[in-house]
Amino acid sequence: MSTLHINSQDRQVDADPSTPILWALRDTLGMTGTKFGCGAALCGACTVHLDGQAIRSCITPISAAEGKKITTIETMTDGSDRVGAVVHAAWVKHDVAQCGYCQSGQIMSATAFLKSLQRGKQPTAAEIDGAMAGNICRCGTYARIRAAVADAAKAMA
Amino acid sequence: MHFDQKTFELPRNLQALMTRGRRDTAESEGLPRRSFLKLTVASGFALGAFPLGAAAQDAAAPVGLKPLQQPSAFVHIAKDGTVTVTINRLDFGQGVQTSLPMILAEELDADWSKVQSGHGSNDPAYLDPVFGFHFTGGSSSIAHSYTQYRELGARTRAMLVSAAAAQWKADPTSLRTRNGVVIGPGGKQLGYGELADAAMKLPVPEAVTLKDPKDFRLIGEATGRLDAKAKSSGRQGYGIDVRLPGMLTAVIARPPVFAAKLKSVDDSAAKAIKGVKAVLRIPLDRGGEGVAVVADGYWVAKQGRDALKLEWDSSTVEQVDSVKQLAQYRELAKKPGAHKYDADVSKLADAPHIIDAEYVFPYLAHAAMEPLNCTVSLAGDKVELWVGSQMPGLDSFAASKVLGVPPQNVQVHMQMTGGGFGRRAVPSSDFVVEACAVAKAAQTAGIAAPIRTLWSREDDMKGGYYRPMLLHSAKIGFDAQGQITAWDHVIVGQSIVGGTVFEPVMVKDGIDSTAVEGMKGPYEIPMQLAVHHPKVNVPVCWWRSVGSTHTAFVMETLVDEIARTTKQDPVAYRMKLIGDKHPRHKAALQLAVDKSGYGKKKLAAGRAWGVAVHESFDSVVAYVVEASVKDGTPTLHSATAGVHCNLVVNPKSLEAQVQGAALMGLSMCLPGAAITLKDGVVEQSNFGDFVVPRITDMPEIAVHTVPSADAPTGMGEPGLPPLAPAFANALAQLTGKPLRELPFKLA
Repeated sequence: MSTLHINSQDRQVDADPSTPILWALRDTLGMTGTKFGCGAALCGACTVHLDGQAIRSCITPISAAEGKKITTIETMTDGSDRVGAVVHAAWVKHDVAQCGYCQSGQIMSATAFLKSLQRGKQPTAAEIDGAMAGNICRCGTYARIRAAVADAAKAMA
Repeated sequence: MHFDQKTFELPRNLQALMTRGRRDTAESEGLPRRSFLKLTVASGFALGAFPLGAAAQDAAAPVGLKPLQQPSAFVHIAKDGTVTVTINRLDFGQGVQTSLPMILAEELDADWSKVQSGHGSNDPAYLDPVFGFHFTGGSSSIAHSYTQYRELGARTRAMLVSAAAAQWKADPTSLRTRNGVVIGPGGKQLGYGELADAAMKLPVPEAVTLKDPKDFRLIGEATGRLDAKAKSSGRQGYGIDVRLPGMLTAVIARPPVFAAKLKSVDDSAAKAIKGVKAVLRIPLDRGGEGVAVVADGYWVAKQGRDALKLEWDSSTVEQVDSVKQLAQYRELAKKPGAHKYDADVSKLADAPHIIDAEYVFPYLAHAAMEPLNCTVSLAGDKVELWVGSQMPGLDSFAASKVLGVPPQNVQVHMQMTGGGFGRRAVPSSDFVVEACAVAKAAQTAGIAAPIRTLWSREDDMKGGYYRPMLLHSAKIGFDAQGQITAWDHVIVGQSIVGGTVFEPVMVKDGIDSTAVEGMKGPYEIPMQLAVHHPKVNVPVCWWRSVGSTHTAFVMETLVDEIARTTKQDPVAYRMKLIGDKHPRHKAALQLAVDKSGYGKKKLAAGRAWGVAVHESFDSVVAYVVEASVKDGTPTLHSATAGVHCNLVVNPKSLEAQVQGAALMGLSMCLPGAAITLKDGVVEQSNFGDFVVPRITDMPEIAVHTVPSADAPTGMGEPGLPPLAPAFANALAQLTGKPLRELPFKLA
């Protein structure tokens, strides 16, 4: 039994310590907002924050999360996080999603990136691309992802 | 797949509706609508259509209307006025869960802020009104259901008006509707929510008058997706997210070579893993065998699968080697094939200019973001499936065969899906059949719980049903003016539909229509086209835009090469070659030219223009692109699309579809976008070795449409085919060398 600190709550997870965070979230805890895409840290669909850093939950075992804070899409976009709320609004405004399957991961990468920026700094197009390059979208929503991230950065300034 | 014709009969009342199909495209090379009709009428083939009993607000069943014409299965109006529209398609990103409700809400005069939507099922109400079976594909959702959904909205509106008239004892013709309310004498109002219960009990009117398109308020308006919030917050559920009480997860060990059988199974280590419930030997697609590990959750199931010690017998199946396969295709191309087009090619001998070209295209994986999955629940002789399916009727039929239950006992709960691009429209229903085989074996082993069968990314990438590998060979003779005197063309590639239920209508004279669709294009040319369909032990399937993924590339790069060789402007040359019979091509191309600044704007140093135009699924898309090459690496900087798809329902959705299709077209060009085999085994396994575009590959894509009020044609696929050839043409302009292979090799 492991204790994970997820979205400001302690959650008990009865799973082997080598189990990736992704499957503890999805199958054990029923938190399905975080998505399975590749299982190999190649597509970014499973991105969550671990102590504020964007990580690929599909290859990160729950043993690596003990004593750390996991933040998932569910709480990032529920209005409680200022950056998350701004990003969520920008995603809706720009109608970013198509199938939407990758968008949880995209948003978690975008929020980690925007939180890492110096206050008031506007990212360049290249910086946005660099921050989002680990997240695959097969529908090709990248143009609207770029616009939404840039818009969110403006809204935070 | 075998269909029992005695058991299944297409509802006869569908025939009248189907014959009312839109623009007659019987001779078009795509999915032939009238041919499906012929098949269903002539043979009684049902393609999985059977009654389940649509559940919704009860309307008095009218005699003359078919289930797919009756509002009850499509519209639910709650007391608070919320209108829920059920879509008769799978939404896997293309946006029909917004645009179909827009069409219905337009005629309903609904308050759009109170409209929501949901998926249907394999109920006959949700048949494609033109094809007559449950289908999402061929860019047909809007094209086929535009009039259907308008009429559904108009019928519902008429019933609401009648209910208000009864309540007010007023003449219905004196009443108006606007934004979710009926307006009566003296301006008094009743909301749709107040009227719905009474209205839906009224007879459904057969004949309704539709709006004049000039009065449209919703159709044609850039409208945000109804699922935008859910999909920007992790709250949208997909098939993979289905959770049922007690549900277990299965992961399957499939043979390394397609359709191979098991020699031995040692499951002792797998069974020792905590949480593994069962290890089941199951029959697989195409006569193969596999082993399913059923466990508490995916991770344990996968650990169990990885712990299996399996020996396979691959001796009875072909072990494909892509290098040898290409050599075989080259030999085959020299032999006489089945003729799609005949022409006198003797003039090649004395043509002033000759192009002798060979094109090679690899197998391609769909690589949709949501790995394949299907959840199955068995209870007595009742079956429930939770799956994102492009053909839920066929899939439910296949499930009934596997599980030995009557087809009407199989209910498909359609799930929002993370992409598909054709992979969820496999005529053998491969991943649904597998999931049912697992459930059946589990039941035999005493497991009653519902089981979700889930593929890993590697399973998905190696699991077959690829866009076929193809070889084109072309010999073209032309004069100094670019007048083409002879075009001798050969296509070698597996048939997608051969051996499937679609073969009778889609294979003619030994030629799979999906392999040649898009050849000739709008051009009047003396082409002889021969086709070979070798049988190869690699499962193939349609991949977004199907035949046009390769035919558009071949046609549009060759036409461009003729223009370059004869020193003509590629746009002017195309306009000349297109002639007068294809005004939509010309309009789309001219629009892309005008909006891009082609021929007027001065390009940055090192950049070149590239052009291509192609029709697929009744819509025409032209691209004018800007590209450059640096250190042997090509870059696509921008693309300007000129689109002719008649009336546009949702411009936002259209733009997204064109941009997404363009990027998928670009994906075919990227180094690493190829599935190859060695010793029968697929060499790629994940996004590390099967490359798909990332944000850094995304060019600027501007989308422009030719104005039209004609009934809409589809846009799920047509944005894909012309992108790669436009890019290739720009690169050929820069390097002086034509590109005749995808992915690009510039070395």
